[in-house]
Amino acid sequence: MPQLDRSADLSAVEAGLDALDTPTSDRRESGGARILHTVVPPVVALVLLIVVWQVLWAAAFWPETQLPAPLDVWSRIWEISSDGEILGIVWTSVHRAVLGFLIGVVIGTPLGLLVAKVRVVRAAIGPLLSGLQSLPSVAWVPAAILWFGLNDASIYFVVLLGSVPSIANGLVSGIDQIPPILPRVGQVMGAGKLSSARHILLPAALPGFLAGLKQGWAFSWRSLMAAELIALSPDLGTGLGAYLNQGSSFSDMPTVIAAIFLILLVGVGIELAVFRPVERAVLRSRGLTGSFT
Amino acid sequence: MSVALDGTPKLRSTGVAVKLDGVRKVFGRGDRAVTALDGLDLEVAPGEFVCLLGASGCGKSTLLNLVAGLDRPTSGEITLNTSRPAVMFQEAALMPWLNAARNVELPLRLAGFGRVERKAKAAELLELVRLGGVGSKRPHELSGGMRQRVALARALAATLRVDGSQEPALLLMDEPFAALDAITRDVMQGELLRVYESTGTAVLFVTHDVREAVRLGQRVVLLSSRPGRVVREWAGAPDDVELTNEITAQLREVISTHAAA
Repeated sequence: MPQLDRSADLSAVEAGLDALDTPTSDRRESGGARILHTVVPPVVALVLLIVVWQVLWAAAFWPETQLPAPLDVWSRIWEISSDGEILGIVWTSVHRAVLGFLIGVVIGTPLGLLVAKVRVVRAAIGPLLSGLQSLPSVAWVPAAILWFGLNDASIYFVVLLGSVPSIANGLVSGIDQIPPILPRVGQVMGAGKLSSARHILLPAALPGFLAGLKQGWAFSWRSLMAAELIALSPDLGTGLGAYLNQGSSFSDMPTVIAAIFLILLVGVGIELAVFRPVERAVLRSRGLTGSFT
Repeated sequence: MSVALDGTPKLRSTGVAVKLDGVRKVFGRGDRAVTALDGLDLEVAPGEFVCLLGASGCGKSTLLNLVAGLDRPTSGEITLNTSRPAVMFQEAALMPWLNAARNVELPLRLAGFGRVERKAKAAELLELVRLGGVGSKRPHELSGGMRQRVALARALAATLRVDGSQEPALLLMDEPFAALDAITRDVMQGELLRVYESTGTAVLFVTHDVREAVRLGQRVVLLSSRPGRVVREWAGAPDDVELTNEITAQLREVISTHAAA
């Protein structure tokens, strides 16, 4: 049998294989095409919604006190915008939500790590954590007011009960979905418990953790709105929830709709401005671009 | 038969890199217990390349897990006279969030190397597996063969220690090329031999491919299946067709004995 000279051209063969087998990088859309695909559809949907609203209002099915004109709502928003009141209202709510969310991350992350990796802890508080996640945190508002009084502590308590379970559960499911081979690789490389958590578990669980953070943010925001709606006090200042409550008290429908619109705007805005780009960058860097093409 | 009380591989100064003495591993208990390995004796000299050959169920992977310290033998003793063994699996198992160079740096980081030294050593190792130019690429941007070469570089990095103590290294490989296509596998085998010759590490290489075992191993050890024991061993000889046929025949014989039961 003729002997194949295996060493001579090995490097050339190898270089050829490397060139041929390397996955071709996916073609990226140009900036213009991307804007066309991502910005235009929601704008069209929004315009359609306003058109339908305008038509329904013009048809006068419902009295003005129930369905205000789009223009009335817009002028209400314009009113508080032009005198700068809107900044104070939005800032009051947003800084609470962001601070509450950040505290939630600081508490939820180690909690999630413990639940995911310590069997006893998972058995003990895993179900409780999932239960808390489905319990609307507005249910805690009365208790919080009785415990802490009408102050910021009550509000942060409610926000934390909304966000911590989501963040912790997101991390747990992120860790549960790590391919088992990765921690094993860490183990054979001599990673201890802490360095394994730092260098392998947390980064590997990042996509799931980010999903949990996103949900945690949504829960923080809606818990805060619930708390602000119910817990009213001059000491607490006027956030979006209190503004909504004011509108409701004076049967001022344009203010109510304007407040709901602003609440929605902040929630979606933070998601689009903060979470979406981070998630996108993380998934893209791992070659998980399926959902964005 | 001596029984190691704590069951973990021990470090000792002897002329062998790895010594397995009457190693037995049973999974489960009572009626459902499965004996994966039974009375297995094996020695690997420092710098030796040993191929473990066997059909499914011969406990090849169990054996590697025991030597790697991922699992403990039920009885028997495993003596290691090397630095912590590095392991390569069938999958490259690179960290998808790190680029190739940082994947190689990871074991160095865990071992406590400084930043500058890490970078230098990782670059050196990538150069060794002829991947000097792709350090900044992520695993998903590399082909299967390139990923396995990064995994090889990472395994070699895992054998390094900060104090620079020159303990002999040991590389455990669990069918690392089984998932690759034929041409890439052929290239990878050559690559492994080249890297092996330039590093002088001992290698314990598990495979079910007779040709691969004969080509790579200085010694080919055939294991029986359920429970795994050493049946026979041969000196490896690259491209020796007769030896390949002989070992294949014996492997078939070992497998056939399971047909009746």
